[in-house]
Amino acid sequence: MKLREVIEVLSAEILCGEKSIDGIEIQNGYASDLMSDVLAFASPYVLLLTGLTNIQIFRTAQMLDIPAIVFVRGKMPQVDLLELAKESEMPIIVTKSSMFDACGKLYANGLLPCIIPDRQGG
Amino acid sequence: MSAEIYEEEYSIDGKEFVAIGVASTKIKAALKMLGIPSDLIRRASVIAYEAEMNVVIHGGGGIMKLEIHPDFIEIIARDEGPGIPDISKAMEEGFSTATDKIREMGFGAGMGLPNIKRNSDNMEIKSEVGKGTEVHAVIGIKRE
Ligand SMILES: Nc1ncnc2c1ncn2[C@@H]1O[C@H](COP(=O)(O)OP(=O)(O)OP(=O)(O)O)[C@@H](O)[C@H]1O
Ligand SMILES: [Mg+2]
Repeated sequence: MKLREVIEVLSAEILCGEKSIDGIEIQNGYASDLMSDVLAFASPYVLLLTGLTNIQIFRTAQMLDIPAIVFVRGKMPQVDLLELAKESEMPIIVTKSSMFDACGKLYANGLLPCIIPDRQGG
Repeated sequence: MSAEIYEEEYSIDGKEFVAIGVASTKIKAALKMLGIPSDLIRRASVIAYEAEMNVVIHGGGGIMKLEIHPDFIEIIARDEGPGIPDISKAMEEGFSTATDKIREMGFGAGMGLPNIKRNSDNMEIKSEVGKGTEVHAVIGIKRE
């Protein structure tokens, strides 16, 4: 799915990274308010959906080569996160939709989940 | 055994939550500059970030080191914090002593050490209560 379509489907607002948007196409999404799990389970180049707004959300995304972040429930990312995102030209997108609503809409439009590996006894 | 082709040490402030990831970002940039394959860079970045997070939130600050050898990458994290009383328990998914403040930020689910292990080809933890903790993670570089 093209990031441009994601923005349309979610009626989302673009906070920064406009220049990068047309070059980004994603196959999978990962939605979580727990970065510990994002780091463990998100596959590379996924679209991250979250309701957390601190700077470590950006760092988590950067480590995993996540190309863009969608903030749900109308949550605005903190100023220092936005500054880093601007510097690296990563698109930051905000939608008023809930997490469930945003995921449902994207799933219906063809975005796929990440595969959670089997791990017996951790 | 093999000669190092690159080595860099990074100091990590134990007080600044905001600065967590600065060292890992530098490690990622160094690996990129040296032309390491992107899947290995991603694994090394995740290892570095999880280790850096632990050095700050559990160890009270310390150092990280990146070593690149011809056939492997090694990431070392060291602190002089409280140490880990039971390493095998700490390695279990879900075990965490992180504070509520850290949990509110989206971390502290007891996933970090198992994630370091999953992303490395070899991992070792040395820890002594009251003295500190040292984590070594190695990623092999395959030559065609
Ligand atoms: N450097 C360290 N010094 C002291 N204790 C540590 C250190 N690293 C890990 N631990 C202990 O091991 C536990 C498990 O660590 P792990 O990284 O797996 O999870 P976490 O840091 O609590 O949460 P997450 O990594 O999911 O954010 C920690 O909660 C802590 O008790
Ligand atoms: Mg951790």
